[in-house]
Amino acid sequence: MRFSFTSEQDEFRTIVRRLLDARSPVSEVRRLMATDAGWDRDAWRKINQELGLTAIHVPEAYGGQGFGYAELAIVLEEMGRGLLCAPFFSTAALATTAILNAGTEAQKQALLPSIAAGDTTATLAFSEDDGGNDAASVAMTATSSGGAWRLDGVKSFVLDGHTADIVVVLARAPGSSGESGLSFFTVAGDAPGLQRRRLKTMDETRKLARLQFNGVEAQLLGEAGTAAAPFARTLQQAAVLLANEMVGGAEKLRQSALDYAKMRMQFGRSIASFQTTKHKAADMLADVELAKSAAYYAAAAVDENDDDMPAVASLAKACAAEAYLQTAIHAIQIHGGIGFTWDNDTHLWFKRAKSSEILFGDANHHRELMLQRWGH
Amino acid sequence: MDMPSESTVRAEVRAWLEANWDPALGLVEWRNKLADSGWGAPHWPKEWYGRDLPQALASVVDEEFARIGAVGVAKAGIRTLAAATILAHGTSLHKEKFLRRILTGEDTWCQLFSEPGSGSDMAAAVTRADFKGNKWVINGQKVWTTSAHRADWGLLLARANWDVPKHKGLAYFILDMKQPGVQVHPLRQMNGHASFNQVFFTDAMVEPEFLMAEVGDGWTVATTTLMHERRGADSLRSWATASKREGRIYDEERAEIATTMEPYKWYPQRAGRVDLVLERAKATGKINDPVIRQEIARLLIMAKTAEWTARRARAAQEQGRPQGPEGSLGKLVSSHVARAAARVHTYIAGADALLSGEDGALDGVIAEILVSVPATSIAGGTDEIQRNIIAERVLRMPKEPSVDTDKPFRDVPRNTVSS
Ligand SMILES: Cc1cc2nc3c(=O)[nH]c(=O)nc-3n(C[C@H](O)[C@H](O)[C@H](O)COP(=O)(O)OP(=O)(O)OC[C@H]3O[C@@H](n4cnc5c(N)ncnc54)[C@H](O)[C@@H]3O)c2cc1C
Repeated sequence: MRFSFTSEQDEFRTIVRRLLDARSPVSEVRRLMATDAGWDRDAWRKINQELGLTAIHVPEAYGGQGFGYAELAIVLEEMGRGLLCAPFFSTAALATTAILNAGTEAQKQALLPSIAAGDTTATLAFSEDDGGNDAASVAMTATSSGGAWRLDGVKSFVLDGHTADIVVVLARAPGSSGESGLSFFTVAGDAPGLQRRRLKTMDETRKLARLQFNGVEAQLLGEAGTAAAPFARTLQQAAVLLANEMVGGAEKLRQSALDYAKMRMQFGRSIASFQTTKHKAADMLADVELAKSAAYYAAAAVDENDDDMPAVASLAKACAAEAYLQTAIHAIQIHGGIGFTWDNDTHLWFKRAKSSEILFGDANHHRELMLQRWGH
Repeated sequence: MDMPSESTVRAEVRAWLEANWDPALGLVEWRNKLADSGWGAPHWPKEWYGRDLPQALASVVDEEFARIGAVGVAKAGIRTLAAATILAHGTSLHKEKFLRRILTGEDTWCQLFSEPGSGSDMAAAVTRADFKGNKWVINGQKVWTTSAHRADWGLLLARANWDVPKHKGLAYFILDMKQPGVQVHPLRQMNGHASFNQVFFTDAMVEPEFLMAEVGDGWTVATTTLMHERRGADSLRSWATASKREGRIYDEERAEIATTMEPYKWYPQRAGRVDLVLERAKATGKINDPVIRQEIARLLIMAKTAEWTARRARAAQEQGRPQGPEGSLGKLVSSHVARAAARVHTYIAGADALLSGEDGALDGVIAEILVSVPATSIAGGTDEIQRNIIAERVLRMPKEPSVDTDKPFRDVPRNTVSS
């Protein structure tokens, strides 16, 4: 439903939140973000298997739980709130979605069960060195000879690209351009000829990698030359999921800034009693609640296969981007000097707000897309 | 209680309309039928002209009326606040005397809260109510009173006790506006209309049975009125428009819109007219300007998410769940939307935004938007007061130190107002 959650969904949210609070406190986030991988296979497996998180939106026929994007969005909202360091967005939101959108029946049977079970992590590699988010900016080539495909070129800004077991790659037939000639491929993370380098990221909780492909052997996913549509849909769904992750983080920041304001005393009274703080808090509430409304509405639109979903996806992403960043700015300000320190946790979410703002296109980009998708 | 399903309600109202709707009826005659059947105010209680339906099902009834162009009960303005307040706090005498005539539109109401010295600080009202002989005698002045010049009755907040703190000494009355002790002077607004007024009381009389609740409860009763006013803030977008259909009842409805509803005719403009933005942008070619496209998109996102947030709040209410904080944001957010819309309309109109009336864009509608939107963030509680309420009541932030709430009102420093 677009305007409310069922009691089962509310209960599910509570369970996810409890699990993440217990297994991924900020101390754990700080530990993992300082590692090269950015996550810990054993720790993640435990969290994942407890609730079958990577199986949520995978149909039962492929070993999943058969829930919808609304449930997946709930998981992401909670992960955004907890800033979980795990290859979940890359595996579930990106790679699984791409496989569901593009793969043949046999490929889904082959790929999804081990992803759903949490044995395999995966990601989607589409952007290249220019950071573009559209089909037209794909330059990587795929050539076939004797029934085998080989990929050449560079992918960058790949979420968890340095650790993913499977990389879903978007590449094109040599000489093709725009939306034609595009195909999806799957590549093993340790395939010969694939060089992976972790990039230093501003938001350390979200690891990105640059992948160099030199004649890497790849398996075609779906039909050759037809990836433009499933890719577009995958990005729209990913934008919706990211918007939900973002409102989770924004809500967390809003709440922690409010708690701090109520506790901090200056001039003999709580800073929460100063009207300027109160008005900021009221504005933050409005920003976050409106962004939630958009994110929830968009997730329901994905499940209902609404024709309006592509426009609404961009709406939700643009709205969440501004709300999250504005909330983060207010949150740091309300904390004062301590808010600018490394030890205070606010900056972790501030940086997540920044990285999320840019990932898959910024608010200007999505506002324009929204109007175009509405036919204006 | 068993809630009927949407399809049952739809079928029932359809059948009833089929049997009863007749555009040749008189407006009041028809609305009396609506009151008797409960279809005019389906969300009201069964004993009082309603059907106890939740808001969602009441909207189904509205849809059925709209589908065949059937006229509804009198809406618009303060009469709906009067009804809500009377339903919550009124005696059966009040309900008997006023509710039906509110539905039929025979009575028009106004809200006598703000005074020259007390607007946001409404509890600091200094209009006096003194019990003399066997009546309440009212002296003082109200201001910005919307539709007072048309009103038969007023919801009056006045001070009956000066020796207790300000919130405790207020009384809430239903005041007969058509009496010699009440004088109404229209006030011209910055948009040229004169829908609000100054109201002067010189020994105006109120019968004792027209006191609502008890002396000292005035603040509590006024809070109910305000809550309904603020909650209704988003519904300003869908204001009643005259039907072009033929028939006696439509003629009478058009006459009503031109008279008792006249003070509200600029209200759609005050909400910003988001509905006009895209068609205006296309008509002017500004839709091709990438900067203006960004502004339009921002506005549409704000308006859509405001609407969805209101729907979330309503959904919670309908499912009988506690409303989340989203339910308290409507009024504040509608100001943001209105302001953003005025800005976008300005960019779209360009030089035409310099003109008004028939020289202005869209026959003056755009100019009217630009000079009406400032009312949105003031009327019914300013944006600043809304933020205070959200912070203190929803987010439970501490109140600022107060200098006036604990002492007798008599000793509180206040504005000296010359009128
Ligand atoms: C179109 C229109 C229709 C109206 N209709 C009616 C009506 O029918 N009946 C009626 O009774 N009234 C009506 N009003 C009056 C309206 O309710 C008041 O104007 C409003 O509540 C503000 O009060 P004020 O004008 O006295 O301004 P003030 O209260 O003096 O406020 C002036 C400024 O100070 C700010 N301020 C005041 N207190 C605080 C505080 N505690 N914290 C922060 N800032 C503060 C305000 O936000 C505002 O910016 C109407 C007003 C308009 C514009």
